[in-house]
Amino acid sequence: MFLRMSAAIAAVSLLGSAALAQGAKPTDPQIAHIAYTAGVLDIAAAKQALTKTGNKEVKAFAEDMVRDHEAVNKQALDLVKKLKVTPEDNDTSRALSKNAADKVAELGRLKGAEFDKAYVANEVAYHKAVDSALETTLIPNSSNAELKSLLQTGLKIFQGHEQHAEHVAASLK
Amino acid sequence: MTPRWALPVVVVLLLLRTSVSAQAETIQITMENLVFSPAEVSAKIGDTIEWINKDIFAHTATARNGDWDVTMPPKKTVTLVLKKAGSIDYYCRFHPNMKATLTVAP
Repeated sequence: MFLRMSAAIAAVSLLGSAALAQGAKPTDPQIAHIAYTAGVLDIAAAKQALTKTGNKEVKAFAEDMVRDHEAVNKQALDLVKKLKVTPEDNDTSRALSKNAADKVAELGRLKGAEFDKAYVANEVAYHKAVDSALETTLIPNSSNAELKSLLQTGLKIFQGHEQHAEHVAASLK
Repeated sequence: MTPRWALPVVVVLLLLRTSVSAQAETIQITMENLVFSPAEVSAKIGDTIEWINKDIFAHTATARNGDWDVTMPPKKTVTLVLKKAGSIDYYCRFHPNMKATLTVAP
């Protein structure tokens, strides 16, 4: 319970405060970097889950995360190449990566059902945070139409992931 | 030397083939932006469904009753010939919010 709460709070406050801490609106190269980083981190979390879980639903969920986030990120790479934009590292991306590394270490110490619950709870919190960042910050501030459209597709699919994670979380109770 | 029964058999086969191909249709169902479109389709046994995945994501069309389970890679088209009648609710296993109905007449 404590773990679940802390994960949720950490993930949500992180994205919120980091985005705010920047003060100025994020630029397209920064937005692209944040969105891409968020995807990479979720793929890494899923790959960790695939090596640790024995639960069928958790495994299917993690496989979905790898498949969908890799698809979005491939599209994002193609787009930045086409637009000749270089994604730009920034405080939000760095904070996301730091937090995710801590989470991987924390989850790495857990096993079996304990791991499954903590991983899925973090996925719920993570997707909530990412979806909210997309809705309130990243999509409104993106100026390139193609980037905006890709982020909107991302939001739609990640909202599905959030529901899926909630569904798996409920099944693990 | 062709056996005497061969001709009628060939004729019957040809007739069967033309009658089937004259009637069977190809119906397109598109997956775009995580939506099956059209969401309700009527077809009949022998028709071919052409599943056109325009998304960057892999999708499935999975019948809830287990009749079929088609996987569509991103940006690919996959076909399915309908062999069983029924009103079939189906969804995407990867994105369960994607739901639609295919009604197959006998």
